[in-house]
Amino acid sequence: MSKFLNVALPKGRLGERVYDMFEKAGFDCPSIKENNRKLIFENKEHMVRYFWVKPSDVAIYVERGAADIGVAGKDILLEYEPEVYELLDLGIGRCKMAVASLSDFCDDKRRTLRVATKFSKIAADFYSSKGRDIDIIHLNGSIEIAPILGLSDVIVDIVETGTTLRENHLEVVEEIVPISARLISNKSSFQFKKAQIERIRDSIRAQLEEQK
Amino acid sequence: MDKKVFTPTERIVYALRSLYKRYGYTPYQMGKFEEYDLYSRNKDFLISDSVITFTDTNGKLKALKPDVTLSIIKNNRALNGRTEKLYYNENVYRVSKGVGTFKEIMQAGIECIGDVDSFAVGECLYLAAKSLLEIKEDFVLTVSSLDILLGFVGSVTEDRAVQDEIIRCVSEKNLHEIHTICEKNGIDVERAQPLEELVSIYGKICDVIDRIALLCERQGVVEPMDDLRRALSIFGGSPLSEKVVIDFSVVSDRNYYNGIIFKGFVEGVPGSVLSGGQYDKLMRRMHRRSNAVGFAVYLDMLERVDEEYDPYDVDVLLLYDEDTDPARLRDEMERCINQGESVRSLKADDKKLRYRRLINYHSRRDTDE
Repeated sequence: MSKFLNVALPKGRLGERVYDMFEKAGFDCPSIKENNRKLIFENKEHMVRYFWVKPSDVAIYVERGAADIGVAGKDILLEYEPEVYELLDLGIGRCKMAVASLSDFCDDKRRTLRVATKFSKIAADFYSSKGRDIDIIHLNGSIEIAPILGLSDVIVDIVETGTTLRENHLEVVEEIVPISARLISNKSSFQFKKAQIERIRDSIRAQLEEQK
Repeated sequence: MDKKVFTPTERIVYALRSLYKRYGYTPYQMGKFEEYDLYSRNKDFLISDSVITFTDTNGKLKALKPDVTLSIIKNNRALNGRTEKLYYNENVYRVSKGVGTFKEIMQAGIECIGDVDSFAVGECLYLAAKSLLEIKEDFVLTVSSLDILLGFVGSVTEDRAVQDEIIRCVSEKNLHEIHTICEKNGIDVERAQPLEELVSIYGKICDVIDRIALLCERQGVVEPMDDLRRALSIFGGSPLSEKVVIDFSVVSDRNYYNGIIFKGFVEGVPGSVLSGGQYDKLMRRMHRRSNAVGFAVYLDMLERVDEEYDPYDVDVLLLYDEDTDPARLRDEMERCINQGESVRSLKADDKKLRYRRLINYHSRRDTDE
């Protein structure tokens, strides 16, 4: 690990909002705002290096130490249970993990419930806590069409505004857990780059307090 | 001895064995197989609960060892009244998290079983720190007390399931979720405040121990605090104390562990490379009256710990042909070796071997290139 603080940011609008928080915390890196296709940006003055990665990969970069800290959704942390510290709830990217079904679906408890989802572990844990026997159908996208085509009875997925669900005649039947972006740290990096990581965490926490 | 021939893992294994021997620990060797029943009864103690099993010729279900500590306890029936100090260096078989398949992993460690007093716990911590120092100068040994933590968690709630959720949050330094758990379970958030304060205090022994002691006194968690202080006092006056950090985010399964628990980190390795603690509860589960403390070093994590990368396979490539005199070739090789160089003799350069310099006996026979 270098002395640079390596930060994995999720590509996209959420990542840009997160970068603004880091910038306000005193870890700015102006080159990141240039309009190009670069993925890695450094500021030698602050000894910070940012890189854009696929949001679902942030936790892997951090767990494996390629990034010292990063920002990942709670959904990814619950699904993959990476060995990382979860230092702060950033309160952005808010949505919820929920069970949804066709509006006219009625659960027959005598039958195994067929659940289509990208989040197999979250779904399995949720139904196991209720003692409900389920059959998980792991899909990688377009989960909403599974109940329409009869592939599953319900889906477990992230719901933001609910528009996609409504347009496909689905509705939320149960909320599982609220989701938002979290500041995470590699456990080893935290021991060796504690001062920098704490400075970022405390400054972002103060920004969040101000916004309340 | 040429130290370059050691891989990082071999160098560390050698250094650790030497360290443990110097501190009076005796080697413990065991077979590769163990009865499966031992692991099925203590599944949660194992890092991964998958075990390679097979049926032996006598019909007994056996397993390739996924762990060493359980075997040491099981095979030491005569421990009552004696204190054993053992070290081991064994291969274990576990599922690797990344690929999800079984892997042979070399593990080294020590176990002190018998009359384990605060000095014995302190010595174990000290040897953990010395082990990390053998691996890399830049290390951190994080130490916690499960009894202190449980004392604080117990004052938040008596519900064991909720306690487990809170302990998971503590292990993630996830204070915001402790609030959520309290709210979800109708617990006054104020009750979690001392615990949050405890988890927020981490740092070098001299910087934080008095603050923790004060907090413990307020919470009535006095005895475990005294135990922690006594165990850590072994670092008094030692430069190693600069590398020891009290951090309550270190947690272990409370069904097996108690008292002092710890994890070690070295710079450049993303996860903990050493883990240990007092496991009196495991001893009771296995019907042993004596107490125990020990740790394991995960050698599979250390493959990349030495940053020096040798860009060459050999120092010298020595090319020869049919006309080269074998005795002259041998002399040339010996000359290189006596200069501390490694040398490979080949008839042709396959362009794949990476070498520092070339000595070519083709046609010119005795001329350096």
